This record gives sequence, structure tokens and C-alpha cells, in this order.
Amino acid sequence: MPPEALKLLVPSADLHALLPEIFMCSAAFALLMVDLFLAPARRGLIHFLALLVLVAAAVLTARDMGGPATTAFNGMFVRDLAADVLKLGVYAVSAFAFVYAKPFLQDRDLFKGEFYALALFAVLGMMLMISAGSLVSLYLGLELLALSSYGLVAMDRENPVASEAAMKYFVLGALASGLLLYGMSMVYGATGSLDLAAIHAVAATPENSGLLLFGVVFMLVGIAFKFGAAPFHMWVPDVYQGAPTAITLFIGSVPKFAYFGMAYRLLESGVGPLDADWRMMVAGLAAVSLVVGNVIALAQTNFKRLLAYSTISHVGFLFLGLANGGPAGYAAAMFYAVSYAVMAAAAFASILLLSRRGFDAERIADFRGLWQKNGPHALLVLFIMASLAGVPPFLGFWAKLEVIKAALDGGLAWLAILAVVCAVVGAFYYLRIVRAMFFEQPEGDGPQLHPDGHVRVAFAVNAAALLVLGVFAEPLLSWCRAAFAV
Amino acid sequence: MPPALPLLSLLIWLPIAGGALALLFGDRRAGQAKVFALLVALLTLALTVPLFTGLDASSAAMQFGESHPWIPSFDIGYNLGVDGISVALIGLTTLTSVLVLLGAWEAVDNRAHQYFASFLILEGLMVGVFSALDAALFYVFFEAMLIPMFIIIGVWGGPRRVYASVKFFLYTFLGSVFMLVGLIYLYLKGGSWQLADLTALPLDRTEQMWLFFAFLAAFSVKVPMFPVHTWLPDAHVEAPTGGSVILAAIMLKIGGYGFLRFSLPIVPDAGHEYAWVVIALSLIAVVYIGLVALAQADMKKLIAYSSIAHMGFVTLGTFIAFALAREYGYEDTARLGLQGAMVQMVSHGFISGAMFSCVGVLYDRMHSRMIADYGGVVNTMPWFATLFVFFAMANAGLPGTSGFVGEFMVVIASFQYQPLVAFAAATTLILGAAYTLWMVKRVVFGDVANAHVAALSDINAREAWVLGVFALGALAIGLYPKPLIDLMDASLVQLVGQLATSKL
Repeated sequence: MPPEALKLLVPSADLHALLPEIFMCSAAFALLMVDLFLAPARRGLIHFLALLVLVAAAVLTARDMGGPATTAFNGMFVRDLAADVLKLGVYAVSAFAFVYAKPFLQDRDLFKGEFYALALFAVLGMMLMISAGSLVSLYLGLELLALSSYGLVAMDRENPVASEAAMKYFVLGALASGLLLYGMSMVYGATGSLDLAAIHAVAATPENSGLLLFGVVFMLVGIAFKFGAAPFHMWVPDVYQGAPTAITLFIGSVPKFAYFGMAYRLLESGVGPLDADWRMMVAGLAAVSLVVGNVIALAQTNFKRLLAYSTISHVGFLFLGLANGGPAGYAAAMFYAVSYAVMAAAAFASILLLSRRGFDAERIADFRGLWQKNGPHALLVLFIMASLAGVPPFLGFWAKLEVIKAALDGGLAWLAILAVVCAVVGAFYYLRIVRAMFFEQPEGDGPQLHPDGHVRVAFAVNAAALLVLGVFAEPLLSWCRAAFAV
Repeated sequence: MPPALPLLSLLIWLPIAGGALALLFGDRRAGQAKVFALLVALLTLALTVPLFTGLDASSAAMQFGESHPWIPSFDIGYNLGVDGISVALIGLTTLTSVLVLLGAWEAVDNRAHQYFASFLILEGLMVGVFSALDAALFYVFFEAMLIPMFIIIGVWGGPRRVYASVKFFLYTFLGSVFMLVGLIYLYLKGGSWQLADLTALPLDRTEQMWLFFAFLAAFSVKVPMFPVHTWLPDAHVEAPTGGSVILAAIMLKIGGYGFLRFSLPIVPDAGHEYAWVVIALSLIAVVYIGLVALAQADMKKLIAYSSIAHMGFVTLGTFIAFALAREYGYEDTARLGLQGAMVQMVSHGFISGAMFSCVGVLYDRMHSRMIADYGGVVNTMPWFATLFVFFAMANAGLPGTSGFVGEFMVVIASFQYQPLVAFAAATTLILGAAYTLWMVKRVVFGDVANAHVAALSDINAREAWVLGVFALGALAIGLYPKPLIDLMDASLVQLVGQLATSKL
């Protein structure tokens, strides 16, 4: 075919904008093929290649960064600074997740090429969600992410708990997708378009707002389900606890970027003019999540489950930013999403580091006496817990400061006060880990650190980043603010 | 002209860096770590000297200023500066830190390098609190302090240390998050975190009321005031000696300092309107907590309650200033109240630090804090008994000691405010004497109570140095408080002007 005709079929500018996604898709398929022809002993190569793919994708994404926002494929795909920053976050945290996962999966005979293929497809799904310009592309990305995640959770087939978790995840995830889709169909019915920009234009006129609002409610439920916001949080604790920890780490941290992207695209790019209505709903979800997450977390003895409930409460904090409904609020929520992803990766990694073949350091009690066995490691875990609790100068503090500011700015003083009270409740259970590590005596031999050097280094970098990014919060913050032109 | 050396930054970061380095020594070289930590603390103390000599006490302006953008997106700056009030408290901090390290030399043998490192880091953060001119920076230091203190109580504390440390952390955290919301509100309204800008920011009545109670939540827990004082006896009893000393001598002062820096200048009208709340709570602290102290069987608990009662004077002296300056027009008396509060803070730093150190000396030998286990200590430890009795007298407010000066000033000022208040406050002179001297009588005097007491050895040179320096401080302020009062006078005059001016 002559090149001119090809240009007519798919304008090269469109392909250019989509280059990171196209590359990620091809790379995931390629890895799947390479894995087929690779001896099991040499599977380390796949790990290396997967990391390389992430780096290459980061280069491709960074190439256009800072340029003006562009759309491709008739508005189906949007590339702007917010998308670029979120995607870079996805690559970075995914890379950490891969490094953490390798020894864990090896110890449990789960180290297969499928992990990388599924994870990269999940990354691709997230990239599509982040850059979605229409309801269809957003839904496609979401389903790609969701299906890959179900597969990842179910990877440990012999383990009934993991299978149960996967089943729950699948059923409730499908329900959430259904609700979201239903909402989207209502929005389509009210506006006659799947394009978010077109929906935005129609939503600005008061016609059909009843039907549109009806759709918005269902879309919001879908978003809340995916985020794990209460009262749509039931799947979170079971899935987090049941999934192999390395998988929990991945699905518990990286997709937060994408869910934030989805919420932003749907709520602001799509039905932004209706923000007076949905802001109150988001505020309500935030309040319920804060209370439910923090109060139930108090009663947990399983660390993974505790982190699951803590996720719910952090989603509540993130929604504080969304509930602001303005650019400053989105910047705050995005900063929170980025901070939380980094913190969550580190928190789950602290479990991985104390686990070994046949033993998962899932209980809080497994952290007892860590300080006496390995002081530096305990100090790093202290950083993570302090950051999650929102103690300055760690990263988590600035994230909380930013969303509380957004809530106050949006006139939601009651929510801001509820949030800080919940932060104190949260501090109590994070302190339980610190207590176990520092103040209690080890059980038996005490906690043993995993010998893998890469994981140790990655963990040290990840946890120290919470302090460094906290003290020097400006670059990350200004990126997030620039993304929404604050 | 900017000073050649960023003195305040050095005072903050030198101990923090020193603490981080001390951690690296490891348990096997804990002995070297101790020497290193002490040298760092001494160097920090030496660096405080130019602060005192270089300060122009006749000016209320913030001096030794440093200003760098920190988080420009938020308009948060790394802005430091001190006036007489801050310098007095920074001096107290660096001096007490040295004494605490010296006091713990032999008492702590479990992971001593980490113990010393924690105190150094804590020292840097406390200096940061006293020199921050940016509200966000202040909050960062204010909260970051909790972590080392939490670890100190929880790791090296007594049998119920876990409970005490968590209670300490959560109480303080809960109080301060309300302040955080208040500060964010102020930032949204005024677009600045600088204390000077916040002071100038006009606020209406309702706003001031909410902000006043937000600040009150944070600082009343820290002081602590009745009824949020209950963490203090637990924390003091369970903390190791050094932790108790730092807690009583400096961390409580941060509450009083916060009132002076935030509540008084930023929300003067709400402060005036609700001063009665604070005054009432202060009087309860003075009278009721004084009675509670009388009933204690544990020496550390007794001193902890006595601290609460004495800190009641600080809040009393601070908040009577409103009515004095605004209703009666006695600006000089208002200043006297504030001076009394400040002198009381510094004096209490020396006396309570010394009292806890004394209990530490006894505890190191007998491993008991119960009054009933002692008796007739004077027979075996005459030098110690001398110092202990001196500190007890100071604690009871004997003229000639620093304990008398602050309390006397506050009582005089409150007499002009309301004679009944002065009467209630003055009961502390009786109650304080009662509980302190009764404890001393039971512990120090009488016949040797048991074989353990008979086997006691008197204080060694190191302990004598620690207690001697505390005694010198208490005596110096007691006999000649003028330099201390002059140091802070210009700032307090300015403060009286600020709280007397309505923002409405």
C-alpha cells in the first residue's frame, strides 16, 4: 500500500501520540512469546526485559512532556501533562513492584512469564484509562486492567485462599463494571455522545440533567468500587489478604494512578459542569471511607488486612481532593494518589522482605523485635508508618496537607475536621507496627530479612524516598499542580 | 546585615546530623557514640553563646534571620529567626540536652548509642520549633518531635511504657491536627504562612473563635492543661530519666511558647473573649492538681503533677494579660503577667529537670520510685540530700530561688486582675510546699529505712555536675532575674501591644 493511503487511514500524528501505548502492547505480546521459548532457568531474562520495557515506555512518554495537550483518534485519546505525569508514576511504581515480586515469586514457584505479561497488560490498561477521551476508550482500558488483575490474583492456583480472593475480585469487579457501564449508557442517552468533551458541552446546558445525573450516580459508584471507597469496599480486604503479597503490592499501589485518571476524566472532563451535584456525593463517600477504613483497621491483627482497610481510609483522603471540584483539588488528589502509591508499595514490600519460602510475615506479630534484629530496616519501616500516618516531614504529611487544604478551600470544613480526627485514629494502628518492631521482644528467632540484594536496595530507596520526597516535596508538588495549571 | 554564619540552621541541623551519625556507631562502639554525642551537644551549647551575645534585646524584631523558599507551591518558606523569648528557650534546650546526655552516661546501657542519638535529634527539632517563623515549618518541627520522644519512652521506659508512649503520641497528635486545620485556613485566607503576616491578618469574630480553640487544642495538650493532662503522669512515670527531664524542662514549654506566638497575636479578640476558659482551667490545674500531687506515692508521678500545677501559672500569667490590657488599661501589669509566665517557664525548666534528675539518681541505685521504699537518704547521701532539698525548696517557691520569681510576678499581676484569682493561685505556695516538702521529708529525712538505703552511695562527680548546673540556674534566676527579664522585655512589650489591639 502506498504511504499516502496509509496516512489517510491512520494519520501519523495519531500514531505518534499513541506511541507509548503501542509500544507497551507490542512489548507485552513479545514478552509472552519470548517466554515460550525460554528455558525456565533463564527466566530472569524476562524480568530484565520487563524492566527495560518500562524504562523505554518512560522515555517515550517523557519525550512529549511539557508540550501542549493533544488529542488523537477523533478525541478518543488525550495526551496532556496530567496523563504524562500519571503514566510516569505507573512505570516507576511498576518497576519497583517487579523488583519486589521476583524473589517472592521464585520462592513460591510462581515465577512465570505470565506474571510479566499480565502486569504489562495491566499497565497498558492503566495508560489507556489515564489518556481516555471517550467513555469507550476508558472502559476498554479499565477492563484490560481488571481482567489482568483477576488473572494475577488467581496466579497461585493451588492456593484456595488466593482462588477465593480472585473469585470475589472477579464477581465484584464485574458488578462494578456493570454499574459503571450502566451509568455510561445513561450518560450516552442523555447527551447522545460517548466523547467526553461532547458530554462536557451538553452537561453545561441544563437540558436532560435528570437523566444525566442518574448516569453520574452510577458512574460514581463504579469509580468508588474500583477505588475501594466505602461503602463499596467489601472486596478490598479479602482480595488484599488472599492474593499473593507481591500481587497485592502491585494491585494495591499502581492502579491508584489509573483510578485517579479515570475519576478525573469522567468527573471533570466529562460531567464537570454538574460538579455541584457530584461533589457532595464524593464528599459523602470520603466521609464514609474515612470512618469505615480507620475504625475497622483498628481491630486487625493481619498486617495485609490492616493495610487493606488503611487503603480505604486513604481513598477517603484522596476523595477529599476530588470533592473540591476545582483544579487545585485535582492537583491535591493527584498528589495524594502519587504519594499513596509510593507508600503502599513500600508498606507491602516490608512484608515481602520478612517473608521467605513457606512463610509470609502477614501478622503484625511477625514484626516483633525487628529493631533488635535489624535496626536500619526497622527504621525504614518506621518511615513508612510515619508517612502513612501523616507525620511531618514525611511525604504522607504533605499529601494530607494538600487534600485538607483542598477540602477547606471547597467549603467542606466539616469534612476536613473529620479527616484530621480520622488521621489520629489511623496513627494508632500504624503505631502498632512501630510498637511491635521497637518495643516488643522477638518471637523465636525473630524476623529474618530476605537475602535478595535487589529487593533490599529497592526497599531502602523506596522507604528513604518517603523522607526525601517529604523534605523536598516541591518538585513532585509543582508537577502535580502544573498538570492542572494551578 | 546578614550574619556570616547561619547560626540557627547550625543549631538545628548540627544535633540532627550528629544524631544520625551517632546511630552509625553501632552497639559495639556505643562508648564512642556517647562521647561523640556529648561533644556534639557541647558544641551546640557553645554555638548558643553567640546567640545570647549577638542578640539585640532592645528590639522586638526577629534576629539572626534566615529565609529560603522551601515549598514555593505552598508559599512555605524555610524562615528562621529569634527574639529574646526564643533565645531564652533555645538556651534552655541546648543546656538541658547536655545535662541529659551526661545524666544518662551510666544509666543507659541498652543500645546507648540510639538513646543518645534520639536525644540529639530531639534537641535539633526543639530548637527548630523555637526558631521557626513559618507556621508550616513550626508545625513540621512540632510534629516531628513526637517520633523520637515516642521511641525514647517506648524503648527505654518502665513497665507500662508502651501504653504511656502511645497515649503521649495520640494525645499530642490529636491536639495538633486541629491546629493544622486552623493554619491551613489561615493560609487560604491570607496566602501566607509567615507568622508576621498571620499576625497582621484581619479576622472576624467567628473565625477567631474557631482558630482560638484550634490553637487551644494543640497547646493545651502540650502544656498540659487540665483536663487533657492525663498523658503527662503516665509519660513521665514510664519515660527514662532523660525523657522525663526533656519532657518537663522543654517540651511542656513549647505549649506555653505556642500560646505566645500563635494564640495571643493572631486571635487577640477571641483570646480576650475566651480567656476566662483558660484562666479557669489554669486555676483548676493549680489547686486541684496540687491536691492530686499531695496524694501520690510515686516520686515521678508527684513531680509530674507538680509540673502541671506549675505550668498552670504559665497559662494564667499569659491569659490574664488580655483583661489587664484591654479592660483595666494596665499594660504594665499585663506585661508583668507575661514576664512572670516566661520566667516561670525557664525556671520550671531548671527545677523540674533537676527534680527528675534527682529521682533518676535514686532510681539508678535502688530501682524504685516509690516514696515508701526510701527514708533517711540523708544519712548515706549527704551531698545528694543537700541538692535535693534545695530543688524541693525551689519547687515550693522559696524566695531566692527561681521558682519564687515567676510565681510571685504572676500572683501580683493576677491580683490586679481579680483578687480572688490571685488568692486561688497563691494557694500553690502552700500546696507546693506541702507536697514537695512532705515527699522530701519521707525520702530524705528520718532514720535509715531499710538495708537498701543503708547501702546507698553518694553522688559521683558526673551527677554532681548535672545537678550543680541545674542548681546554679535556679539560683541565678532566683537571685538576679533581671538579665532574663530584660532579654525578653522588648518582645513582651510588643506582644502586649498586639493583644491589646483589636482585629475586628
